[in-house]
Amino acid sequence: MKEFAASVVKEFRHIFRDKRTILITMAMPVVQIILFGFAVSTEVNDVRVAFCGDMSDPAVRSVVDRIDNNGYLRIVRRLSDPGEITGVFRRDEADAAVCFGRNFGGNLAPSGHAQIRIIGDGSDPNTARMITGYIKGVIQDEQGDAEVSFTGERKAVMSPVVQLMYNPAMKSSYNFVPGVMGLILMLICTMMTAVSIVREKETGTLELLLVSPVRPLWIMLSKMMPYLFLSAVNFTTILLLAHYVMKVPVNGSLFLLCVAALDFVVTSLALGLLISVISPNQKTALLICGMGLTMPTMIFSGIIFPCESMPRVLQWFSDIIPAKWFIIIVKKIMIQGTGLASAAREMLILTGMAALLLAVSIKSFRTRLQ
Amino acid sequence: MDAIVIEGISKSYGDVRALQDISLQVGSGEIFGLIGPDGAGKTSLFRIMTTLMLADSGSGKVCGLDIVKDCRQLRRIIGYMPGRFSLYQDLTVRENLDYFATLFGTTVRDNYSNIKEIYSQIEPFADRRAGKLSGGMKQKLALCCALVHRPSVLFLDEPTTGVDAVSRRDFWTMLARIRDAGVTVFVSTPYMDEAAMCDRLALIRDGSIIGTGTPDEIIAGFPFRLLSVRGRRMYPLLKELRKTPGIVSCFSFGDSHHAAYRPEETGKEKILASLSAAGFGDCTVMETSPGIEDCFMWLSHR
Repeated sequence: MKEFAASVVKEFRHIFRDKRTILITMAMPVVQIILFGFAVSTEVNDVRVAFCGDMSDPAVRSVVDRIDNNGYLRIVRRLSDPGEITGVFRRDEADAAVCFGRNFGGNLAPSGHAQIRIIGDGSDPNTARMITGYIKGVIQDEQGDAEVSFTGERKAVMSPVVQLMYNPAMKSSYNFVPGVMGLILMLICTMMTAVSIVREKETGTLELLLVSPVRPLWIMLSKMMPYLFLSAVNFTTILLLAHYVMKVPVNGSLFLLCVAALDFVVTSLALGLLISVISPNQKTALLICGMGLTMPTMIFSGIIFPCESMPRVLQWFSDIIPAKWFIIIVKKIMIQGTGLASAAREMLILTGMAALLLAVSIKSFRTRLQ
Repeated sequence: MDAIVIEGISKSYGDVRALQDISLQVGSGEIFGLIGPDGAGKTSLFRIMTTLMLADSGSGKVCGLDIVKDCRQLRRIIGYMPGRFSLYQDLTVRENLDYFATLFGTTVRDNYSNIKEIYSQIEPFADRRAGKLSGGMKQKLALCCALVHRPSVLFLDEPTTGVDAVSRRDFWTMLARIRDAGVTVFVSTPYMDEAAMCDRLALIRDGSIIGTGTPDEIIAGFPFRLLSVRGRRMYPLLKELRKTPGIVSCFSFGDSHHAAYRPEETGKEKILASLSAAGFGDCTVMETSPGIEDCFMWLSHR
């Protein structure tokens, strides 16, 4: 037991004396949360709209006013000719353009057919789709009002009201906070553990540890302890930042969330140990973690791309990524506020992964050199 | 009782045969040197004896404990200092020593007397990070860490490689004191001049033992007489000497050539005469006594 305690102390010394490690582990969650929260936001705000049309036409004026008064849209300039649109987009002076047809007001009469063209910047398809959707919505409202003013009575109109449960404001932070949590915990536990064990292999100190009478299992466990502690600190940081800066609520049980995190951390630590067994040097360990873990986690865990729209084979592949299950659990507990019952399946899968990985990595850990 | 007995140890890495049928006996309380050039298989043999690696075939006992079956007990009673400086560079001298003492279930205070002589030399730097120590001090720290649990057998893999001449001499003095305290020391070195400091030694080349015995025994086994030849044009001289009848072998040896000859066939005067006849009139020739290196060269080219 004394040997174990001494090893844990030694591990903490390694971490705290390496300023780079401590900086990375402590600053990474903060930077990622801030980055995802403010810079890499998928929400569209303050869209600049240019328009081309006859301002003396009251119908045109009415639509333009309505666009300008919308909270997300802002009219930036009037173009005299539709040909200018390309130039405006190229110089990045507007995000979308609206072109009114000739004699717009006249054609708006019940017999006529008034035309409006909405032009988006397709070089960024996701944003363009959202922006044109906003503008379409505004024009639809105007259309409804126009009908009332012409006929004097309301026709039967179906107006869908969309409500997003758990996230009424459609904030993207509800999606990325669980994602960043999964990513950071995995990076800290898997990558740092793997690298720290492989470093001992590289410097030759592992040889000395192996010739000592201490059981190798204790040495490995002692190497995991500091990262368990670090991930607890990071988990807390992310939760606090998410709650107080991003205003993401914790709707479910905090205790349950911590249990899920612990489950995931153990899985990641076991994975780190496994990687350390198969990599001969730090470079390989980093490469395996980066290419084999971080990237698939980003792509297949549902942080950026929804798993449901992937081909079946890739969906199967995404099932073996522990972070995916952890992120689902966090979403369920933290955002939906459900209890253990609804997350039980994911919890079981994660626990099974942890048990399997732990068994395999301990079994394959060699007590001798190759 | 012999401290180390190994029999028929062989080890291959893929197609490369690192060790071939190695057998050795090392007596209790002696300094046993394993002498051989880089790549001869010294480190492999060390790793097998210190239970770090399994041999393909053969068996071994250290202090009566089997190196495979009893590896757990064995690890308590041996000390091992690997060839590369393998301590924690970011821990201080004291922290390294404390950590290794704890790993072996002891404390520095309990065994202070055992390492006092060596440790006292680096104690003024106890709070310095191990990575910031000079080469000689690193080596002393590594030795302290290997000695802190009072091992019965100390394995030192090339402890003097990359250490200056003065520190090397100090180091061998330390080893002699450790031996006098009753510890068996098994040490490897690529330096032939250190062989004379060992009580007994084994010469190893390409994974095979080519000779064992005390330094005197090995030198006494040298069957020829030796000339040290010096001249102006050294390389043509070497080629000429190798062609000279009666000369068994000739190797470059620092600033001279060592030529071994059969005394019954030729002699110093005869060789000198044949050299002048070949146009090497300006060389000086001296009788010299063979060293371990001469024996090694002879044994490895036999």
